[in-house]
Amino acid sequence: MAALSRKWDPLFVLVLGSLVFSCKGDVLKTSNDRTESISATKIEESSPQAADLGDLRQSDEAESNEDRKAFTPPPPNDQFQEEMVIRPLYSGDIYASFQFRTQWDTDFLHDGKKVSHYRLFPKSLGQVLSKFSVRELHISFTQGYWRTMQWGQPFIPSPPGAELWVWFHHTVTDVDGNWKELTNVLSGIFCASLNFIDSTNTVEPSASFKPLGLGNATDHRFLRYATLPREIVCTENLTPWKKLLPCGSKAGLAVLMKSEKLFHSSFHSQAVHIRPVCKDWQCTSTAWELRQTLNVVFDLYTSGQGKKEWSLFKMFSRTLTEACPLASSSKIYVDVTDNPGGELFDLSPSSPLISTAVVLGDRRTYSVYDLTKKETFGQLRSLNLLLRWKGESDDMLRPPLHAERYVSGFGLQKGEIHTCLYNSHPYRAYPVLLLDSLPWYLRLYVHTLTVTSKTRENKPSYIHYQPSKDRLRPHLLEMLVQLPPHSVTEVTVQFERALLKWTEYTPDPNHGFYIGSSVISALVPSIVAMDTNSTRDRPLFSSFFPTKEESSYFMRVYTEPLLVNLPTPDFSMPYNVICLTCTVVAVGYGSFYNLLTRTFQVDEPSAPLAKRLANIIRRLRGVPLL
Amino acid sequence: SLISLTSVAFLLRGNCKHVRTKDSPPNICGFNLILVPDIKICRLVNVKTVIPMVQLLNWRRGLFPQTKMAAPLTLVLILSVTIRAVLFRSSLAELISERVEVVSPLNAWKRGLFCYYVLQENNISLFFQTPLVIYLFHFVVDYAEIVFMIVDGITAVALYLAVQNYNKNVFRKQKYALEADRYPHDCLELMRSPKEMHYIPLKVAMFYLLNPFTILSCVAKSTCGLNNAVMALFILSTLKGSALLSAIFLALATYQSIYPLTLFAPGLLFLLQRLYIPVNPCRSRFWFFTVQYSVMFIGSLLVIVCLSFFLLGSWDFIPSVYGFILSVPDLTPNIGLFWYFFAEMFEHFRFFFICVFQINVFFYTIPLSVKLKEHPVFLIFMQIAIISIFKSYPTVGDIALYMAFLPVWSHLYRFLRNIFLVSCVLLACTALFPVLWHLWIYAGSANSNFYYAITLLFNVGQILLVSDYFYAYLRREHHLSQGLYLRRKDGSEATLVLK
Repeated sequence: MAALSRKWDPLFVLVLGSLVFSCKGDVLKTSNDRTESISATKIEESSPQAADLGDLRQSDEAESNEDRKAFTPPPPNDQFQEEMVIRPLYSGDIYASFQFRTQWDTDFLHDGKKVSHYRLFPKSLGQVLSKFSVRELHISFTQGYWRTMQWGQPFIPSPPGAELWVWFHHTVTDVDGNWKELTNVLSGIFCASLNFIDSTNTVEPSASFKPLGLGNATDHRFLRYATLPREIVCTENLTPWKKLLPCGSKAGLAVLMKSEKLFHSSFHSQAVHIRPVCKDWQCTSTAWELRQTLNVVFDLYTSGQGKKEWSLFKMFSRTLTEACPLASSSKIYVDVTDNPGGELFDLSPSSPLISTAVVLGDRRTYSVYDLTKKETFGQLRSLNLLLRWKGESDDMLRPPLHAERYVSGFGLQKGEIHTCLYNSHPYRAYPVLLLDSLPWYLRLYVHTLTVTSKTRENKPSYIHYQPSKDRLRPHLLEMLVQLPPHSVTEVTVQFERALLKWTEYTPDPNHGFYIGSSVISALVPSIVAMDTNSTRDRPLFSSFFPTKEESSYFMRVYTEPLLVNLPTPDFSMPYNVICLTCTVVAVGYGSFYNLLTRTFQVDEPSAPLAKRLANIIRRLRGVPLL
Repeated sequence: SLISLTSVAFLLRGNCKHVRTKDSPPNICGFNLILVPDIKICRLVNVKTVIPMVQLLNWRRGLFPQTKMAAPLTLVLILSVTIRAVLFRSSLAELISERVEVVSPLNAWKRGLFCYYVLQENNISLFFQTPLVIYLFHFVVDYAEIVFMIVDGITAVALYLAVQNYNKNVFRKQKYALEADRYPHDCLELMRSPKEMHYIPLKVAMFYLLNPFTILSCVAKSTCGLNNAVMALFILSTLKGSALLSAIFLALATYQSIYPLTLFAPGLLFLLQRLYIPVNPCRSRFWFFTVQYSVMFIGSLLVIVCLSFFLLGSWDFIPSVYGFILSVPDLTPNIGLFWYFFAEMFEHFRFFFICVFQINVFFYTIPLSVKLKEHPVFLIFMQIAIISIFKSYPTVGDIALYMAFLPVWSHLYRFLRNIFLVSCVLLACTALFPVLWHLWIYAGSANSNFYYAITLLFNVGQILLVSDYFYAYLRREHHLSQGLYLRRKDGSEATLVLK
């Protein structure tokens, strides 16, 4: 047994290693790529702007210096960027993605001293990071399910409900204790039910969640991952999230976040990602990056009486008037890839700035609006982007990877979970990591696991299974499956439904129990690399070998959460059950007791009542008895 | 099964020839001594009882008839194997192996296979079954069907031999008692004739092998069959008087599921009786043997537990097997009383009631041992029955074991009070289990209370059955000491009551 597992170790390490490195490199690279290309396109605009902002900030500080002469504040070592991407989706929906990035060149963990001066970085989060020695924190709240097949890929994927995964610093001794406290603190910060995260829904994935920031921690004992698929996201989660922004919702892109519009949407997801990143190109020291993202998909097509057009005002019932003054950059990107000649839609006001970047394996073209520049807002001093369709768009290119999941079987005794993984790539096979975390009350029979693709068995090269413990620990099933090109791979596993104690059911037990999404992590061959028709203008010398950085990119796909019904007891009759069962036990006890303690005797009938009474009277009278 | 019955009946008829009914010449010195009560009895009792009396006395010399019963037993074995093999090959096998009445979390083949798989692939020890059984899986996983059939056969043969041995003892005792004129004279009706006792071992084997409960349990590949085999071997080795083997098998049974611990008392009592050691705490011989037997039992238990530890290198199996049995975390419905009770239990009373229910299983051992210290085999039957009623995860396989003993007590039939009602209840419940399960789980037209009601009724039926047999046994013993036709002081016919 041990030999068997040991045999796979090198292979597994290799695969994981390659996954980790390429994934990390990829993420960093794509972001670098983007910044690079953007900066390349408009280097002359951004540099004076940055200088301006620096001046502004310095003068701000000079003023505060005059106010408080006793302190000499350190030079500003933090910066804030805000950004919004608007992508018209093929289904007619609009996808708006906000990203707010705060970077602070400080270290919460290594310094012996306590960090107490906060400028742009939210103090509440900073304190949490240093108190619980968090290395990386990713939390997302999502309402709705991202439909990969209709909408393509999101910039930052997230499962329905709440998801939290944290890497702790390797000096932490009591990881579980820290995790418990951290979830409770975050529950307070985000007004969410994260306090329901406990050992029964926390897992330690061995391969699927690698650190996205600096540090090559691979010991998954310091990782905790939990999802709450039932969590409902609403205004009370948005408000504390907005408060973490340096400008709040007073200025900048955040003014668009009106909850009555944001939650009137097909998909809403807000997230906070904190990770250590390199401070500079040499990576001599680390900086902390806080990324707050908010993704929303508006269904303007059906709500707009079939007219395919959108504007910022229509989406958010607000227009933009200024950038956040604390932001070093504040930009809006509109995806105009499908509209190279302007024949598909009209975008007004049009922007002279065009940026191209390889995003999620695809080369995209964006119209850029820089909010830090006055001319962006035009005469009206407000920016209301408006896009009007002129023609029908073509079919969307299928995303290379997507997945779905369902439960089969009928009745409340057993069932089977089917996870279908679709590889739409025409000729490339690639491995994916599938992570399933199932609650203990589904008794999973892992020996019934089958993986089939193209009607043939496809044995996973790596399976990590951690069995559940009743009321303590969920199942964790991770496997590395090779997806053949242009195929559907089906992973099935049988389970049995447990009967729970009556207090363990949710208030609506017959609604069923939500089972969190499976997570599929993969290095997907990019569309750019599979671009075989050389219609694009590319130098001949660049196109012979596909360049390595473009060949694949990291992608994470979440499946639907499942709703599983469990058998229920009758909640109305605990007393009856206790009484009846105890009666039966008492019947057993009573009959044995009877037979054990009594002996057989001849039944002598007692005298009738009248005779006994007469005898009593006779005894009183002193007459002989009858 | 009709064919089986006729064939067995045929064989039985054939074997009747071997039963000797002729008077043997009185060539033993005890003859004259017996003759006097013989005549006295014959004068007192009516004519009907004379013939069995003569027969009984005819057997005084010889031992219990040793006739060739191997052929019918082989036939029963072949028949039962055929039935099982057919069922294994049919589509019913999968259905049966998922029935909650047949498999419990502790003995389901699927769970065992799962543990085995997890141990094999991930080297994680995860237990619903004891480590030895999981290691057994290592060898039997490919021939599971044959192994389970063989195990059932072993159980049946062990029970057969044990009951044969027991009947011999019973008969010998009865003979001595008769010779010593210890029975009241109107009790001849209660005497057991060799003829009726002759077929009891075969009936026991048949009751075990052809019992639908056993067949279901075997087809479901429930490891309950293994436990039953160990228990049967324990009974056999005890009745054969082998203290060491008895202790080893008792330790194995205890290791498999804690409850057979209560069989320690009857095992000890039987062995003491066999060695003619009186159960008297003042006697050193009693203590010597008790300590000897306990040391053998505890020693073999320790060896088995340590063996499991060395196989796995961890003690994890103790909380996960015995903790699982005792604390009842898995509330999957079964035919027992625990599941719904603890699903509906208020959390703060849970621990209390778990203690009460578990103590309930062990509770009856001491009073029963005191009451039945002269009758350890009946005590074994009572203990097995109580375990299978009140244990935390009972299955029909457990019931089958004690039901196999019912033919042994066929002479109690005349004292049973409500056997008809109880058999009707048990049959009706057996039929209703799958119906109400279907209504609750699949059709959704009933709820858990329906199934629960049937489990309650089934357990009441079992309790009535067992207590009825207990009553009948005690009553027969009372009659054997006091006479069958009791009279009141005024000479009228008396009725017996428990007081």
